[in-house]
Amino acid sequence: MDYELILPYIPNLRRYARALVGDRHAADDLVQDTLERAVRKFHLWKPGDLRAWLFSIMHNVFVNQLKARKIRPEVEADETLADRVPTAGRTDILDLERALTLLAPEQREVVLLVGLEEMTYAEVAKALGIPVGTVMSRLSRGRERLRKLVDGGPSRTNPNLRVVQ
Amino acid sequence: MSIELNRLHAYVDGTLTGAERESYETFLKEDPEEAALARSYAEHRTQLQHHYDGVLSEPIPVRMYLRRPRWMDLARAAILVAVGIGVGLALPMLRNEQHAPLAMVVSLPERAARAHLVYASEVRHPVEVEAKEQEHLVRWLSKRLGTQLKVPVLSPEGFELLGGRLLPGPEGPVAQFMYQDASGKRLTLYVNARSKTEGPTAFRFAREGTVSVFYWIDGQWGYALSGDIDKPALGRVANIVYRQLNP
Repeated sequence: MDYELILPYIPNLRRYARALVGDRHAADDLVQDTLERAVRKFHLWKPGDLRAWLFSIMHNVFVNQLKARKIRPEVEADETLADRVPTAGRTDILDLERALTLLAPEQREVVLLVGLEEMTYAEVAKALGIPVGTVMSRLSRGRERLRKLVDGGPSRTNPNLRVVQ
Repeated sequence: MSIELNRLHAYVDGTLTGAERESYETFLKEDPEEAALARSYAEHRTQLQHHYDGVLSEPIPVRMYLRRPRWMDLARAAILVAVGIGVGLALPMLRNEQHAPLAMVVSLPERAARAHLVYASEVRHPVEVEAKEQEHLVRWLSKRLGTQLKVPVLSPEGFELLGGRLLPGPEGPVAQFMYQDASGKRLTLYVNARSKTEGPTAFRFAREGTVSVFYWIDGQWGYALSGDIDKPALGRVANIVYRQLNP
């Protein structure tokens, strides 16, 4: 029974995973680990938003995979690494797929859940277990960094956008 | 977090109300820099979707289906052995068909699509035995195909069983189950016994005219789900069929 409920979400989980980790096999591994965990933990699911629940499981599996590979940045990516340009003075334009891999994982997750999965900001907050404000700041930094990487444009300078109300 | 910035992203993600959007668009006319930003973000959002949407309709690899507990694999193997013995006994009856000229051998999806076209368009007699006699239907077709058939339940996807019929196939009898949704759209599931055992294979997709077909082979059985519905929707139903046949 539980599996029948989960099944319709597999294509979406696969699409997201592919964009999140890039490599096809690694992405499908992530999906499979997520599905197995979802079935094991299914009794913990409280009838409600199954999609958000599945994506939150995928988030946990993904974070664990990053930890296991020790490639998770030590510092909060939002604050530092995300704004670092990969190579000093780099001017070439990257394609979107490659640019995605250069985003901090935290930002990549938010950019993809919003842009690809079309979740609302509140749904993303729920799936990732973070406040909506954090969703917004990761989205904003992630999108801006993608823009810089892909369009090769200068940093945004409009001071009005920085004003905190 | 700035409210302006939230509004920019909400605009890109299409979550502003009509009035909010109008006032923001007016604002953007005055601020070309932010307008360029909005355009770039929106463009990347669209590009991401175009780039990855194809994954939605890729066949789901069989390895991704949940690993079943080991005892279930053993039970399944035992059933396959039993089926194998059955096939061995039935083979002499199938020999004639096996020597059919190659030109006459029509692929599984093609046969399924043809059968779908012929019967799904029938208004008055789409099936031989109606769903209200489901027990009889299953017993009858199981007997003719020489296996215990299971009829997948597709009501969660909006498709109710109409009934089924028996059809001739190049390798023996074929069962066709027909489903219909509230709008009258029909799906057919085509199940035939094969003379060779192979698989399980991944889902494959074929399009025969207007009919989309997902088909796969599992051991001695070939399955094809046909319908005049879009590929992702049909793929979803095909996955459900697969899971129900392989609990």
